[in-house]
Amino acid sequence: MDWLQILQNSASTIIAPATIAYALAALGLAVHFGYAGLLNMGIAGFMALGAYGYAITILTFGLPWYVGVLVGIVAALIFALILGIPTLRLRGDYLAIVTIAAAEVLRLLFLTSAFDEVTGSADGLSGYHTEFRAANPIPAGSYGFGPWVYNEIGWWVRILGFIALVLAALVVYRLVNSPWGRVLKGIREDEDAVRSLGKNVFGYKLQALMLGGGIAALGGIIYAMDRNVNSGVYVTSLTFFVYTALLLGGAATVFGPLLGSVIFWVLQAFLSNLLPALVSSGVLPFMTTIQASTVRFILTGIALMLLVIFRPQGILGNKKELTFVK
Amino acid sequence: MSLVRSATPAHHPRRRRLAGAFVAVLAGLIGLQLLVPFAAHADEVDTDKYPYRVSGNVQLDNVPLADVELNVKGNGIDTDVETDENGQWAVGVPEKNADYTVTLNEDTLPEGIAVVEEGNETPNIKEVTVGPGGRVTANYFIGEGTRNVTSFFDVVIERIVNGLSFGLMLALAAIGLSLVFGTTGISNFAHAEMVTFGAITAYFFANLVGWPIWVAIPVAVALSAALGFGLDVTVWRPLRRRRVGVVQLMIVSIGLSLALRYLFQFFIGGNTQQLPGATELPIDLFGSVSMTVIDMVSIVISIVALLGFAAWLLFTRIGKATRAISDNPSLAAASGIDVDGVVRIVWIIAGGLAGLSGVLAAYYRPGLKWDMGSEFLLLLFAAVTLGGLGTAFGAAVGAIVIGLVVEVSTLWIPADLRFAAPLVVLIIILLFRPQGILGRRERIG
Repeated sequence: MDWLQILQNSASTIIAPATIAYALAALGLAVHFGYAGLLNMGIAGFMALGAYGYAITILTFGLPWYVGVLVGIVAALIFALILGIPTLRLRGDYLAIVTIAAAEVLRLLFLTSAFDEVTGSADGLSGYHTEFRAANPIPAGSYGFGPWVYNEIGWWVRILGFIALVLAALVVYRLVNSPWGRVLKGIREDEDAVRSLGKNVFGYKLQALMLGGGIAALGGIIYAMDRNVNSGVYVTSLTFFVYTALLLGGAATVFGPLLGSVIFWVLQAFLSNLLPALVSSGVLPFMTTIQASTVRFILTGIALMLLVIFRPQGILGNKKELTFVK
Repeated sequence: MSLVRSATPAHHPRRRRLAGAFVAVLAGLIGLQLLVPFAAHADEVDTDKYPYRVSGNVQLDNVPLADVELNVKGNGIDTDVETDENGQWAVGVPEKNADYTVTLNEDTLPEGIAVVEEGNETPNIKEVTVGPGGRVTANYFIGEGTRNVTSFFDVVIERIVNGLSFGLMLALAAIGLSLVFGTTGISNFAHAEMVTFGAITAYFFANLVGWPIWVAIPVAVALSAALGFGLDVTVWRPLRRRRVGVVQLMIVSIGLSLALRYLFQFFIGGNTQQLPGATELPIDLFGSVSMTVIDMVSIVISIVALLGFAAWLLFTRIGKATRAISDNPSLAAASGIDVDGVVRIVWIIAGGLAGLSGVLAAYYRPGLKWDMGSEFLLLLFAAVTLGGLGTAFGAAVGAIVIGLVVEVSTLWIPADLRFAAPLVVLIIILLFRPQGILGRRERIG
């Protein structure tokens, strides 16, 4: 068993595009769930809109890649608007059911062969990277040190991802510490009290849903820049995994989602390297390597349960602040 | 009278049976692992050499055909490929936004089988266009040449019958979900895994241990009920004691659902398994309606179980206590009802009904899989919400409506969107009647 290789692979995921994508999605979810108390179970749908919006703009309409980024975000904003207007007046669990259903409808629309020309149905979309990569100012070659050595394309995606993540985190940080953010937290704690102060609760919730949705879409776009777009990715499990990352770091914090995503991915990579290696070196004789690779998902589920029960505020959160919405 | 062609995709069991022998399927895509998309293992030629690809499936009545020869021609390439053991193939091509000709060599098909397509003299030759996405699929509809033409009215009747049978199966699971929600406030995402558990235990006893199926099914239902009991004792009751909030409970159930789902995959792997008798041929009944004996028995079992449940809820003391707790738990406790005891019984019943529904689902789809329950989970939530959260009879009505919408909607929309239709209906109904069909207004808060 090659411990060095396992540790290197795990360390490498700290700045993987998938980690950045999760961090962005979890940050958007923090705005929804952590700050506004909105039980959005459709974060995968927002990510899918970002990814497909980006890829379809380039492939079908032949527009530049940065227009694709804009289209992806705008699509998510419109989705949030359409979803929010009818449901934000209802009780929290209705929002959960409507968002999870809407995200699944989106996924099925991307999957169906009826729109194969545009969405690529089950094959997904690929081959839209040319222009994005041509815009890369980094000269060809490998850069980095230790486990973090990537080629110029790898760095280009990561750098853009970092910029997006830092900007999004700054915006969220400034907003949640502004009067706007305090109203939002007030809505989470006691909607009626805020309403009695004359605030337009519905308007605030809608703004939060759109802001978080846009950030999550950005996560989908970063992921699409790294590899292909496929509807098999944007399943409800993705939403659950993003929730795990968010709750791990702390739902009502700005840096919790980032920390949570890094820990989530490093642990996933570590276990996915370690467990099969343990099996093939004979330490776990009662399972096959295929079985060993499912163990990490079992552990993810158990971790999510334990986290919510014993440390619902997450690693960085303040126990007093996040009372889960009633 | 309009004519409906019966060549339909295979992932719809009823229509496939009806349609007779033809079938070709897209590779079903369920993204299992995080962000890593499912990779098809096809027999691949030149896919490393060229950036774009033409790929597809060759299947006969859901059975993949291996070693069928195909040829892809155009834009300077002329490549031969054979299908792998999954009936899949892929060829790398140099140009996108270009046309290619795919030819299936019919001599390499098994005896007595031909490619059939209405109004096409040479259906084994397909012209495909690799679009801007750089990929295209060419699947082959292969059958023995039979073709049936059914009137629109007959098709509607047939879909309604199938919809009822699907709806009854959903209802079994939905009333348990609804009862649990009503008495404990948990939106239990792990209910899907209780459904899967029923199917898997039936499979374990019938296929692996070798018991007759009529013994295996009651045992599976009993074990599912035991699972409901076990989860209540080990997870839900301690959490009730800690007074954990409903949103936290919901996320706990999501974690439980993930853990159980992958535990199932750990034990039975990622493939679809069949219960005994799941693939037998249907009998023609009336019009274009045809069912297997098992389908008919399933419907009878569903109806009997639902009626038994209704009688229990309406006429027994515990049923009455359950309804009282659904209405107002504190008041029920104050009037001397043992809330914990009733909730335990609710979990047992919910588990048993979910397990039964899982067994029936394994025959309906047909086939059982580690994540089969999660396929239905959203439909169950839709049923419960449609009927009105927390009302058991509402959930049953909602489930039957959902079943009908799923089946009948395929008359107008593509079959691969049929699970989207009820979700759209759900969203629309919530806009106009948020309390659901049988719900009361006060519940929407």
